[in-house]
Amino acid sequence: MPDGALPVLDVKGLKVVFKTRGGEVHAVNSVSFDLKPGELLGVVGESGSGKSVTMMSLIGLLPSPPADVREGQVLFDGQDLLTCTPDTLRSIRGARIGFIFQDPMTSLNPVFNVGFQIMEPLRKHMKLSKAKAADRAVELLELVGIPDARRRLDDYPHQFSGGMRQRVMIAIALACDPQVLIADEPTTALDVTIQAQILELVRDLRRKLGMAIVWITHDLGVIAGIADRVMVMYGGQVVEQSPVKDLFRNPQHPYTRALLKTVPGVLGERPEKLNVIEGQPPILMAAPSACAFRDRCAFAMPRCAKENPARVQVGAGHDVACFWDPATNGPRNA
Amino acid sequence: MFTYTIRRLVLAIPVLLLISLIIFALLKFAPGDPMAQVPMTVPPEVKAKMRAALGADQPLIVQYLLWLKQFFIIEPLHILGTMTGYDLVGNAQRVISWQTRSPVADIIAQRMPQTLTVVGMSYVVGVLIALPIGIVSAYKQYSWFDQIGTFVSMIGFSVPTFFTGVMLILIFSVYLGWFPSIYDTTLVVDSWPHFWLQVRQMVMPVAVLALYNAAQISRFMRASMLDNLQQDYVRTARAKGMTEQVVVLKHVLRNSLIPVVTVIALGVPQIFGGAIITEQVFKVNGLGALLINAIYADDLPMVQTLTFIFAILIVIFNLIADVLYGILDPRIRYD
Repeated sequence: MPDGALPVLDVKGLKVVFKTRGGEVHAVNSVSFDLKPGELLGVVGESGSGKSVTMMSLIGLLPSPPADVREGQVLFDGQDLLTCTPDTLRSIRGARIGFIFQDPMTSLNPVFNVGFQIMEPLRKHMKLSKAKAADRAVELLELVGIPDARRRLDDYPHQFSGGMRQRVMIAIALACDPQVLIADEPTTALDVTIQAQILELVRDLRRKLGMAIVWITHDLGVIAGIADRVMVMYGGQVVEQSPVKDLFRNPQHPYTRALLKTVPGVLGERPEKLNVIEGQPPILMAAPSACAFRDRCAFAMPRCAKENPARVQVGAGHDVACFWDPATNGPRNA
Repeated sequence: MFTYTIRRLVLAIPVLLLISLIIFALLKFAPGDPMAQVPMTVPPEVKAKMRAALGADQPLIVQYLLWLKQFFIIEPLHILGTMTGYDLVGNAQRVISWQTRSPVADIIAQRMPQTLTVVGMSYVVGVLIALPIGIVSAYKQYSWFDQIGTFVSMIGFSVPTFFTGVMLILIFSVYLGWFPSIYDTTLVVDSWPHFWLQVRQMVMPVAVLALYNAAQISRFMRASMLDNLQQDYVRTARAKGMTEQVVVLKHVLRNSLIPVVTVIALGVPQIFGGAIITEQVFKVNGLGALLINAIYADDLPMVQTLTFIFAILIVIFNLIADVLYGILDPRIRYD
């Protein structure tokens, strides 16, 4: 990974609000991160932490209403995706930023054959003729490891298994050689062996094609296996961000530490009880004015209820948003 | 698909035979006498002879089998003969209306055009306005367009056609005098003024029925679109950079039409059944009016034949709906 290269995606102060009957829900609060070319950024957090919403809001995939992207900047190739025209955004979606979703069983349109669905972005963005697009579709299917590709173009999604459908989704996302691939829990709906195959495929494709990847998951094991850098999200905020090895070796945020503890070990004696983080993630009806994790945090201090911690640098490329310092088990000096 | 269709058609034969038996039995056991309208001064023995001449004194099984033979063999052959110009049936007895003493098929053939133009047109108009309304209502859910559409659908669906029909007559015929209140069946369209007259007399009955049909179908379309707009594949299409037009009118519409097409196909037999009430209100001399009059007059062969034709149409259009389903949805394969 080239260090110090200009980020391909630079997100600054992103804020997303959902308008509901009960009031506004602040789903994403001042999220900032960047993505370097060719890098694989893992995004972890439990359900409702805002990871999918953040990524979908980048390219305008959230239904609006109810979603409202309030503030922030999403710079892709020097262009702000939040302020550009819908047409520009459409020309980037599916062409330069690809998207893979969680459930391959429902993410493909059941009434169109797979060939048509792969060829659609090719014909729109790359203006390929039907025959050329078909050739490219065959190439893509072979790339993602679907045997007998040419014949399978005429097959419909229901004729593919779950893992194969996810491969088709990956082929669609990669159709126009994107610079960024956003994968929203792409292996969550698959069983473990298929999950391993898909992970292996993505690792392989990344070596061959060199695109940057954002990998959203709640599975820390997956992150450890493929990510270069990890971003931990909680309550719609980034609470810790670090190179992957650093995060596992030296987690800073109490939430990250708790998350790591919840992973049951494969070796050794099985614990009596699974480790869990007690309580529920918050539903933020107002912009956070205090630490969102304090109710579930074992190290909460009076200050945590008064102030929302900002992200502070704690190491090379490692920052955390917390007042507590695990090194001293006391307040952080900063 | 082909063998499936053939199999379904073959299976339809026993179904239709059973239906014919039920219709026959129901009408036979219902109270009523074909001679009820004959004046009281006619002596009973003359009435008995008239009954015998109609074949109404034969054993039931003979009457039933005779009717089957007439319906399935003689009438089709007669129609074929009229079309090709050959006399295929000779003097064989056709299904005769007790009321008018003329062949039932001929009367139906006279009434069919009125029903098809008025009721058929209203169905086409209803579908054509229902589909766009349903699509837009779903895409812009809870917008003012959707609210108005819902309101109009509620009215169209819940207010009976005899009320809307009479209201229209009151407003547009009585007060404004724009359209005639009575449909003139004898009008022959042979010139522009006559064509214009035909259009004007069709406007109100078509509007009444189209409102009713559109209300129903637009609700189906809206519900089906709403179901599909929530689906993950819609997000995928957007993520591919497709325009909203492609997303909605190609990806979503194709999926949403599957159940709606079935509903539309299943509604077609009702066109032939005529819209009994609307035909009465506007005095359209169609099949609906024919059936009602035949029931009043205890004209069993007519009622029997019309009812059975409706049954056949319902069976056929059920099959058509199933086949369409298979064509539109690749997940359904019948073979």
